[in-house]
Amino acid sequence: MGTPVIDMQGIWSQYRDVVIHKDLSFRVEAGQVIALVGGSGSGKTTLLREILGLLKPVRGQVRLFGTDLHDPDPIQQRDVRRRLGMLFQQGALFSALSVYDNIAFPLRELRFLDEDWIYELVLLKLAMVELEPEDAGLMPAELSGGMVKRVALARALSLEPELLLLDEPTAGLDPVRSQNFVALIRNLQKSLGFTVVLVTHDIDTIYGLNSHVAVLAEQRILVQGPLDEVVQVDHPVIRQFFGDHRS
Amino acid sequence: MNAPILVQDANGVSLAGEWTLRSLMGAEAGLRGRLESLEQQENWNLGAVSRLDSAAAVLIWRVWGQHWPAHLEVGDTVRSTLERVASLPRKKVALPSYHQSFLLGLGRLVLAVLHNLVGVIELYGRLVLDLLFLCRHPRDIPWKEFSANIYKSGAQALSVSALVGFLIGITISYLSALQLKAYGADLFIVNILGISIIRELGPVLVAVLVAGRSGSAMTAQIGVMRVTEEIDALMTLGVSRTIRVVLPKVAALTVSMPLLVLWSSASALLGGAMAAYLQLDFSFYYFFSMLPKAVPIANLWIGLAKGSVFGFLIALLACHFGLHVRPNTESLSMRTTASVVTAITLVIIVDAIFAIFTRNIGMPS
Ligand SMILES: Nc1ncnc2c1ncn2[C@@H]1O[C@H](COP(=O)(O)OP(=O)(O)OP(=O)(O)O)[C@@H](O)[C@H]1O
Ligand SMILES: [Mg+2]
Repeated sequence: MGTPVIDMQGIWSQYRDVVIHKDLSFRVEAGQVIALVGGSGSGKTTLLREILGLLKPVRGQVRLFGTDLHDPDPIQQRDVRRRLGMLFQQGALFSALSVYDNIAFPLRELRFLDEDWIYELVLLKLAMVELEPEDAGLMPAELSGGMVKRVALARALSLEPELLLLDEPTAGLDPVRSQNFVALIRNLQKSLGFTVVLVTHDIDTIYGLNSHVAVLAEQRILVQGPLDEVVQVDHPVIRQFFGDHRS
Repeated sequence: MNAPILVQDANGVSLAGEWTLRSLMGAEAGLRGRLESLEQQENWNLGAVSRLDSAAAVLIWRVWGQHWPAHLEVGDTVRSTLERVASLPRKKVALPSYHQSFLLGLGRLVLAVLHNLVGVIELYGRLVLDLLFLCRHPRDIPWKEFSANIYKSGAQALSVSALVGFLIGITISYLSALQLKAYGADLFIVNILGISIIRELGPVLVAVLVAGRSGSAMTAQIGVMRVTEEIDALMTLGVSRTIRVVLPKVAALTVSMPLLVLWSSASALLGGAMAAYLQLDFSFYYFFSMLPKAVPIANLWIGLAKGSVFGFLIALLACHFGLHVRPNTESLSMRTTASVVTAITLVIIVDAIFAIFTRNIGMPS
């Protein structure tokens, strides 16, 4: 196996004097789909922000595709960032740009594709997340909560990332759409073999993806492994989370 | 990473390797041109493609002229990616344009001015109704917000308005002194400084300062509250947005502006007196004992009244523009700019109107 996609060692993070992660280690190999679960406020979003390099842990090292994101070389940083897509918990769409331009924005930044190509790609991404082509003209403020999620997902997918980070992608979607989301990720994963880390509270999504699970509790990654193994671990947090699904 | 490979031979075209956005960007420059020149080909072999992402699929589909080629060899996963592109609707959707013609822009501008005029009058009416309501329900008067706003827009502006006033006072006094000396009319420095600062410069100067300082802050604050739906949350909690948010700001600025004008005019006169002392050897005592004779007291009242009116206008406009921010960052920045520019323009217009209606008042006989 080559270099891991994400390699975090001995991470300590804190906001002022509240410690969020204590000596946390997290490793994701290429091609894995990992569901990151944990109680609300346990520091999942914080972990994703550290993976993205938006937040520097107090101690410890984060390596993405084998490179340090706090590398001072801006070109190196940009090249690594272009290999990943992030879906923020609140969507984080550019409020001044239409849906179309939100999705086209990262593509235009490449300065490689022509407008026709971008147009087709944007419509394709919209179709992938089950939005109508007519929705392309709407502004972010005119979208419903679930639509914001789907546009954000389309934007995260637009650069064909090798690593996809999703913060609660199915929160706010109806059950059918959640299932379709699972099918989409499985499909893309099969054809492109990318790596996915998703934060979710939705058990059906985890079962649907048949993914590995990493449990964040007690300020570290408690266990990480295939779903059926993790479910067997006897720990209050896991018992609570998976409840009666442990069979 | 495997580079995308394109081979053309007698049997048709074969693609191999990795066909992804990243590998295409890294590939040799001629590859895309070569691919696009193959439109006529009907024999394609994609069997050796290890990865195909949607960007490359769109490219290949375009080369094929939006239809499947007659002979195609392809694996299942690659085919499904291509099928997704193939099933896209072919119609063009209308996208909003950010550009607009000059005429359209002009029309929009006129409508926007009318719209804002109506909006400001509406807000004013609302405030009057709120005041009547508060007279009947004095318990609902937002004292805390009122005093917080007085502190923010008044007390915290003291130092900067004193500094600006002082410097302007020095400058005007110095420049006038040079001229007056040439004509031997030194004594008139008190008249010139007194009337111009107390009646005109003080109020207008403070108005410009406050519009930039507090007006923009008010618009931005209310605007962000709109963007983040905090205003809606307030309404849902049964709190009137005009009573709790707008009224305290307008009332506070109406009260604190005349005080700022007084403070800043005093500071400007001090600066003027200092320059007069240095330039013309006027003692401070002489300067300030001449002042009441040279400047009738009516000028002070006019200056204070102007301050009050300007403060009211600035706050009213700032709140109006803030309440009409559309929920995006672009609108927020445009509205904040509009708020400051409109407020300053209006202040100057109103100042001219004041000048016309008070032309017979307060001039030394
Ligand atoms: N910018 C910040 N400043 C201070 N504390 C913060 C900040 N962001 C998050 N926290 C704290 O860090 C802890 C972890 O937050 P985080 O957003 O990572 O939780 P989470 O696991 O994503 O929760 P959820 O499932 O509810 O989204 C919380 O207790 C939160 O209060
Ligand atoms: Mg979170």
